[in-house]
Amino acid sequence: MDRHRPALTHPVRSVRPLRPVRWILVAVPVAFLVAFFAYPVATILGRGLWPDGHLDLSPLGDVAGNAALRDVAWFTVWQAALSTMLALAVGLPGAFVLARYRFPGRSLVRALIVVPFVLPTIVVASAFLALGVEPSLGAILLAHVFFNYAVVVRTVGGLWAHLDPQQEEAARVLGASRLRAFTRVTLPALRPAILAAASITFLFTFTSFGVILVLGGPTRATLETEIYRQTAQLLDLRTAAALSILQLVAVVVLLVATGRFQGRRAVALGLRAAAVTTRSVRSVGERALLGANLALMLALLGVPMAVLVARSFATANGPGFGFYRALGELRSDSVLFVPPADAVVNSLLFATVATAIALVVGGLAAFAVVRHRRGRALEAALALPLGISAVTVGFGFLIALDEPPLDLRTSWIIVPIAHALIAIPFVVWLVTPLLGSIDPRLREAAAVLGASPRRVWREVDLPIVGRAFAIAAGFAFAISLGEFGATLFIARPDRPTLPVVIYRLLGQPGAQNFGAAMAASTILMALTVVAILTAERARVGDIGTF
Amino acid sequence: MRRRGFSILCCALVTATSLAGAPAAGARDDVTLTLVTHDSFAISKSVLRSFTRETGIKVRVLPSGDAGAALNQAILTKDAPLGDLLFGVDNTFLSRALDEGVFERYRSPALTRVPAAYRIDTTHHVTPVDHGDVCINDDTAWFAEHGLAVPRTLDDLTKPAYKGRLVVENPATSSPGLAFLLATVDRYGEDGWRAYWERLRANDVKVVSGWEQAYNGEFSAGEGGGDRPLVVSYASSPAAAVYFSDPRPTEAPVGTVLDTCFRQVELVGILRGTEHPRAARRLIDFMLSRRFQEDVPLQMFVFPVRDDARLPAVFTRFADVPTDPASLAPSVIGAHREQWIDEWTDTVLR
Repeated sequence: MDRHRPALTHPVRSVRPLRPVRWILVAVPVAFLVAFFAYPVATILGRGLWPDGHLDLSPLGDVAGNAALRDVAWFTVWQAALSTMLALAVGLPGAFVLARYRFPGRSLVRALIVVPFVLPTIVVASAFLALGVEPSLGAILLAHVFFNYAVVVRTVGGLWAHLDPQQEEAARVLGASRLRAFTRVTLPALRPAILAAASITFLFTFTSFGVILVLGGPTRATLETEIYRQTAQLLDLRTAAALSILQLVAVVVLLVATGRFQGRRAVALGLRAAAVTTRSVRSVGERALLGANLALMLALLGVPMAVLVARSFATANGPGFGFYRALGELRSDSVLFVPPADAVVNSLLFATVATAIALVVGGLAAFAVVRHRRGRALEAALALPLGISAVTVGFGFLIALDEPPLDLRTSWIIVPIAHALIAIPFVVWLVTPLLGSIDPRLREAAAVLGASPRRVWREVDLPIVGRAFAIAAGFAFAISLGEFGATLFIARPDRPTLPVVIYRLLGQPGAQNFGAAMAASTILMALTVVAILTAERARVGDIGTF
Repeated sequence: MRRRGFSILCCALVTATSLAGAPAAGARDDVTLTLVTHDSFAISKSVLRSFTRETGIKVRVLPSGDAGAALNQAILTKDAPLGDLLFGVDNTFLSRALDEGVFERYRSPALTRVPAAYRIDTTHHVTPVDHGDVCINDDTAWFAEHGLAVPRTLDDLTKPAYKGRLVVENPATSSPGLAFLLATVDRYGEDGWRAYWERLRANDVKVVSGWEQAYNGEFSAGEGGGDRPLVVSYASSPAAAVYFSDPRPTEAPVGTVLDTCFRQVELVGILRGTEHPRAARRLIDFMLSRRFQEDVPLQMFVFPVRDDARLPAVFTRFADVPTDPASLAPSVIGAHREQWIDEWTDTVLR
């Protein structure tokens, strides 16, 4: 029995699988990160800081001494911090109602809020513009909340749905006020998920590119837009490398701080099946809370999306499917034309492969994070790609992955790999809090009752993390469908996806081009909703066995 | 490293042999060429197929970002090129391409059909394929409705009547934006263009980061329902606006202010290090053939450089060509581009 005692008092880290298994858990994510992130990024930074075979750090000094670039760095940080706070403020109530209240259309709403994720910035900006949102700081913040609302709602909601409401009720029975019960019981339990959501949102907005350029107006710049300008336009790799290092330092500081916060948790939570914790709205107050949140989602997310859908049907000859037909006909004689059905298939193919890579690499990493003492470092390292400029990674791929066995520059696989880099932190951050919160006594009880380790995993771990995996898979899929970041700077032969089609259509004048781009955007939105709904349905069990 | 050394040796040998004798017409090269381009490249499948039929050479098109990004990628991958040719370098970036030495020399015999104005690379590392003119476009209906005359010159744009009417692209992030800045540099000289932009700024010019936003967002004749009737776009935009409408209008909804144009010439070059220099040359010759040249307008909405290429009806009817557009020597642009963009930013945005 003594052997088991430490497990009871210091639960999470002590479950040690056999050595080879432990090494695979760490080795796969580390190898992936080194090959597809660290090595390419180091290579491109080396071109800037190591030009003639010896280290030249003077660009760092030049950047630090440049007042305009200091302003850019400062703006980058505070707009991201402000965007994150706003997204949390708007998203947390949404996470609560979607996690706790049962109402008709709930899963559809949960799927719809992910749609902004896949929409090209230029398309969203045109909807915003049609609604009278002029380029400004306000427009940047609004767009950042628009894009990251789902991150907060689904990351936090994923854990919230599993929290036992009786814990909070018990606190209230014992005399705690509603506020006190929330801040002392629920909030601490949610902390890992809130930190994860905040970190993801911060990193996304920290490296925001299209939103800043399109909705920020011409005077606003972030480190990301500046690195793009220095690399893709001016080819000043010295300055770009110095800025990238600045970006890297900021991100590492953030991740270390987050890790510190998270490190203090490791409380085993009483997790319950989501089905048990949800209930229908009872009081007038609850009804108002639900109504207010749904109204907010409608105004913030629904209206801009509706503008795009409406435009896709508004042909010169009245409402109709003309633009959808045009999608298959416009310039169909061109070498780079792709039939819309093929673009859909390409998008789905890339998204499926990206999701698979992200789930495998991220899943292994999540287990490593909770089982290794240095797991936190791995978690932080895997989040770095979110905070590093897409153009740095993209150009890094070009100059680093040019020799066997990694001669992948013009291979299609490079696209889902780039997507997976962005999606892996979602998997790790969504799965780890649940995995870390499983009461180890459950596993031990199962083992004592004679279950094999595999059976323990299947009966205890999987039902609890299955849902987190499903949510993470949904994000991974959406990230890939929407062609986030890096892929803009990677050559994509032969297999254009829907976002590529949209960009091409918007590159030329004419009502047909614009309308067809709106039609393609609408198809992309519909595809996302179907994909998310499917991921939710297909989830691997739930805690239903209590 | 050994691999690269070997391929360079290979190329040297192939180059040497191909220099010894030009390929006989009709000779077949059973290779696949990779044509790296910017994202706006397009050509008809049937045209490319006819090239493959005649020569045996297959062509794979590899879009790699906007024109600046595609060139910079080519420079960064100089030691191990992504393809055999790069299309899309224009006169605003030509000097960088030449300084970095990414191209092999080739002088196509078909160049004799190209007017001297477009043969901007006298060193023959790159070959002109098309030209487009960046010009102010006007919303024809808006001006008719408001009983206002369409501006005719750059100077007109600074008049009070056109206050708050013009939207331009930021030259730091947009290729037409840079071209329009160069038009003003050419017109007002190195000492005068900043004063001109001060006047434009005082006349409430609006700056956005890219063409899509300017045309589809702010321009009143664009699709986004903007409120500015003047935009920096292309001389071919009226033709495109007609061509991509259903039903097709009989009058172009958009006009071109011909005195405000800057000429962009797009060029193709053979990437140094290619293993198929002979096939690559044949592709360049083909890109200057009438077949390819006459396909260019309706695919990319730019003009062919060949003097005998026939234009499609929608171009002859709706796309006016400026007779004397502004232009600057690529070397001058190359020497001043960044400095001018910085000065422009100080003048217009700060």
